[in-house]
Amino acid sequence: MTVQASAGAVRRRRTRTSTAVRGYGRATPYLFLAPYLVLFLLFVIGPAIFGFWMSLHDWDFQLPGKPFVGLQNYKDLFDPLSATAEPFWHSMRATGIFTVASVPFLVGLPLGLAVLLNRKFPGRTFFRAVYFAPFVLGVAVIGLMFRYILDTSFGILNAFLGLFGISEIGWTTEQPWAFVALVAVTVWWTAGFNSIIYLAGLQDIPPEQYEAAELDGANGWQKFRNVTLPGLRPVTVFIVIITLLASANMFGQSVLITQGGPGDTTTTALMVITDTGFSQFRMGQATAMSYLLALCLAVVALVVFAVVRERKS
Amino acid sequence: MNTINRRLVLGGIGALGIGASAAVLSGCGEGSAGKPGAAPATGDGGAKGYDGPNVELDFWNGFTGGDGPYMRKIVDQFNSEHSNIKVKMTVMQWADYYTKLPTAVSSGRGPAVAIMHVDSLATNAARNVIEPLDDVAKALELKQEDFSDVVWKAGEYNGKRYGIPLDVHPLGFFYNKAVMTKAGLDPAKPPTNADEYAAALDAFKSKGIQGHWATPFPFTGVLSVQALLWQFGGELFNSDSSKATWHEEGGVKALSWFSDLVKNGHSPKNVAQDADNIAVMNGKNAFVWNGIWNINTFKEKKGLEWGVAPLPNIGGTKAAWAGSHQFVLPKLKTPDQNKSSAARVFVNYVSQKSLEWAKGGQVPARKQVRESAEFKALPEQAALATQIDDLHFPPPVPGIGDALAELNKAVNESVLLKAEPGKALADAAARADKILEANRKKYGA
Repeated sequence: MTVQASAGAVRRRRTRTSTAVRGYGRATPYLFLAPYLVLFLLFVIGPAIFGFWMSLHDWDFQLPGKPFVGLQNYKDLFDPLSATAEPFWHSMRATGIFTVASVPFLVGLPLGLAVLLNRKFPGRTFFRAVYFAPFVLGVAVIGLMFRYILDTSFGILNAFLGLFGISEIGWTTEQPWAFVALVAVTVWWTAGFNSIIYLAGLQDIPPEQYEAAELDGANGWQKFRNVTLPGLRPVTVFIVIITLLASANMFGQSVLITQGGPGDTTTTALMVITDTGFSQFRMGQATAMSYLLALCLAVVALVVFAVVRERKS
Repeated sequence: MNTINRRLVLGGIGALGIGASAAVLSGCGEGSAGKPGAAPATGDGGAKGYDGPNVELDFWNGFTGGDGPYMRKIVDQFNSEHSNIKVKMTVMQWADYYTKLPTAVSSGRGPAVAIMHVDSLATNAARNVIEPLDDVAKALELKQEDFSDVVWKAGEYNGKRYGIPLDVHPLGFFYNKAVMTKAGLDPAKPPTNADEYAAALDAFKSKGIQGHWATPFPFTGVLSVQALLWQFGGELFNSDSSKATWHEEGGVKALSWFSDLVKNGHSPKNVAQDADNIAVMNGKNAFVWNGIWNINTFKEKKGLEWGVAPLPNIGGTKAAWAGSHQFVLPKLKTPDQNKSSAARVFVNYVSQKSLEWAKGGQVPARKQVRESAEFKALPEQAALATQIDDLHFPPPVPGIGDALAELNKAVNESVLLKAEPGKALADAAARADKILEANRKKYGA
């Protein structure tokens, strides 16, 4: 009896479970997504909408009056006589120069590094760690360190160059050296991160493809050109996009190493937005700048996708 | 427009907005004396002490440097002498501090007491971050005569007092005595005027020493140029602070004198941040104009023979740049009588202990402390204190720092020899005028 009863219970339970699974509702996928969606709505979409609303006002959260100004904050950015246009476009130019100068190095150099570090040689893990190590440092650390290294009069770099009779270079106070310094520091600092992603990509390329290429008599360069590069395409698209965005969002290096100088030539867009929003407390104008910057970045990202997307043969 | 806006904000569009409006609303009825109807415990402004229940006071400031430990010492001493008040001091970088404080105040997490630079008072008063404290001044019987005029007036905005001066930190003239001796100069007699200064620089040059490195950065290149501007009879802004006037004669003369240091070979080109000061410590540079806070930096350097004097009078009128730390009382979202009274007791206490603070490298704001024998026993601080009546502060106008940031750019470009002083200053003034105009609109002046 008892056996039968329990067997019946088991059967019943089974049926119940199977019905539950069979009858999963339309909401199920969304319920699974819900935890992330809640955070996404709360911390990305919500603030984005709120930010746009802000950008239509003269907004200072501490002042009782927040007059609605419509698109004036945006119009001001295109009016050379306004207080916000010149600093903003100067900073966009600085951001553009830095991005164009740094992305090729940040995409190309780590690729070479990854290919090297993917070979088998003694001490490989050690070198992988060495190249990745700078990335774990905070921007404050590298900023301060390079301010000492790059100092015109007492920096170790100029002292070293002096041995070869090269006269003092104002790494932080003279153009184009200030950009050279910022790009070099950034490459040194973040190249390791991109290398690791490339390395993961390299390890995903099936060894059979290399074997097949070898059987066809391909040399090292041909293998790289025809197996490695196509195999890395998705990874490369990812790296180009995130590097573009990271470079366009450059902030700490300029603040700490060049202080935006000489003049305002290395004052990046983010610096101007931060200054406008959080030290001048013109949050409306600052959010308008942010939206314009975001728009520019979206366009750039789309262009990159269009250029490097996988072509169907 | 305004009401729609307010309603939407209160309707829950953003926690930030709610906090802000609430702070403003509560701020209106609150006044500095706390709850209406209650005994005016702050009426004595802290002069008679505090005998209420135990309270904990948050005290925020940006003393991250060598001055921090001195303030901590004063706070510890205060805590040990007041069993019912516990002051908790929180230190953060000034730059973060000025961003954080308004947000904290608007969300009701602001401190009960804080320190602010004099040039930030007007902005924060206009933005409802701090409350007027005339009652404290009255109760402590602080009078204009106790302070120097500029310092006292600098704590006022719109006819109300918002800051109780703690100290002033003027620019001073630091010199390396060994380098002076090497160039055949008397280290006991640093130059005091333009001719003597020029002669000294030439003496250094004949020995192959670049005697006064000119730095293009705000600390302390721009501060030096501001001092020179006042010396040459210029002003930063016109009388109602609606226009920048630093591109007029005084300003151009000042910036020309300063960037000529580079052109005439008394300074290397492209001096990096702080390199001018380090060079004096290494004996590569002889003169540097730096803040009074530099005293302890030089003291710590072993074997450095140095002296400090008031700034030489280059332009014809004695003048020097200075900053001032002032006590402020941030608005409390929920008025708390006990906190308000205890905070006033604390301000009063520290204000009287400012001699201890002076050891951290500051000039006490109180005349009585400044004239005490103990303060005079701090020779370096006392030397710089003689400038007290020649000090200048930016006008108490909300957002004035936004406009002054443009001057920084002009000095930078000019000292780096990228632009002529006259043009750099005029361009910067034009940009600053736009900012001033936008600020007038924003703050409704």
